[in-house]
Amino acid sequence: MKKPPVPLLQNGVRADGRSPDQMREIEISVGVVTNADGSAVVSYGNTTAVAAVYGPREMHPRHLSLPDRGVMRVRYHMAPFSTKDERKSPTPSRREIEISKVLREALEPAVMLEQYPRSRIDVFVEILQADGSTRVASLTAASLALADAGVYMRDVVIGVSVGIVNGTVVLDLTGLEDQYGEGDLPVGYMPNLQKFTLLQLDGAWSREKFLEALSLAVNGVNYVYQKARDALRNRYMSIAEEIYGR
Amino acid sequence: MYYVTPRQLVFPGDLVATSDSKVEGAVYLDGNKYRSSTVGLVEFRDDTVVVVPLEGIYRPKRGDTVVGYVTDVLATGWEVDIKSFTSAYLPISEALQRQVDLETTPLTAFLNIGDVIVAKVKEVDMTDEFPAILTLREERVGKVERGIVVEITPVKVPRVIGKKASMLNTLLEVGCDIVVGQNGRIWVKCKDARDEVFLASLIKKIEAESHVMKLTDRVKAEIENYKRARL
Repeated sequence: MKKPPVPLLQNGVRADGRSPDQMREIEISVGVVTNADGSAVVSYGNTTAVAAVYGPREMHPRHLSLPDRGVMRVRYHMAPFSTKDERKSPTPSRREIEISKVLREALEPAVMLEQYPRSRIDVFVEILQADGSTRVASLTAASLALADAGVYMRDVVIGVSVGIVNGTVVLDLTGLEDQYGEGDLPVGYMPNLQKFTLLQLDGAWSREKFLEALSLAVNGVNYVYQKARDALRNRYMSIAEEIYGR
Repeated sequence: MYYVTPRQLVFPGDLVATSDSKVEGAVYLDGNKYRSSTVGLVEFRDDTVVVVPLEGIYRPKRGDTVVGYVTDVLATGWEVDIKSFTSAYLPISEALQRQVDLETTPLTAFLNIGDVIVAKVKEVDMTDEFPAILTLREERVGKVERGIVVEITPVKVPRVIGKKASMLNTLLEVGCDIVVGQNGRIWVKCKDARDEVFLASLIKKIEAESHVMKLTDRVKAEIENYKRARL
């Protein structure tokens, strides 16, 4: 294995100065794409994902609709300017198509699609800047955009990633840690229902490390969830006043 | 037992009440607890708690008045766009008062594509091909011949009606016919087309500035001004 350009973990301090159980700076705002029915921008450090939701609306062509529930379509895409070294080709890659499917399956347990029979919900996620953990940032952005669109959901899904760097379990991987670390574990979690909707795993993990990583991930989710609630409250406090007065 | 207070903002997944309480609106049952299923505002009405959505598409409810556009003429009725996630259906039996011989009279003789109707939601069945069935066999419904339709977000409909219909009564002072569809379409008919334009801009203003305090009074003042200018 190649050596990282900078030491990833020294005396319990990571390359960007964080401790192993610390998230990067989280920035969330809701309702940023005015054309869309719902939208959100989520930043985990340098990783920035914008999600826009259209629908629920009628499904065209009609034969693709389902009689007992709605259909959700998710598109994950990285902007050509999102990567550091080489320009990313705008053509959807194998990886992006797979992540689109993975995100859809991570959102489906939360969204009450049975409330919208014969219709469809379109979710578009665009990565503006990629520095690791893009799929979990996308997951948070997509579920907040769905909430902003007023789609009925059982809970909000929050994503965080955990990984192993120099034998230590760390929270919220950067691109560097993802590239040179020994393992990574993206997690999608519903904080109110306390249920996982996404769990992928890469690398060699011991049982103990895995369990440690899971509890670290839940801590991370709860931290991000509070930020997400603040963002939603920021947007909806004024709207609540708009509609029902003070 | 309730976990919420009046006027509290709730998000998807938030606990609202235990299952033995009376809860309505955007909630779902998770085991023995009610949770919110959307971003909403909690309202205490008599003995029930209602979670009112703050965003979202119109969901048809039985008894709602809606303003719809006819989008298709089918074999035994009409398909109507009611600004929901699927179209609604208006069967012949609910549209006409008398028997018609379908072999000699085409359905387009009564309603055609592009026609605007004010209708009541008769039934809602999510398993049906058209979840909402409309009816014209009620008072103050039927095909719209004149006037204009103003579109707003369905969640802001309560603001246009106001507390105890105060805003709606204010708007009616212009001397026009106004029907507020629960689906966010408002039909306005006046004798003078200029009044319609004025009311449309006023309704749009209510939608945009609905957070302004004492909006009803301001709207009242604008109507007075307009009336004076008209004389």
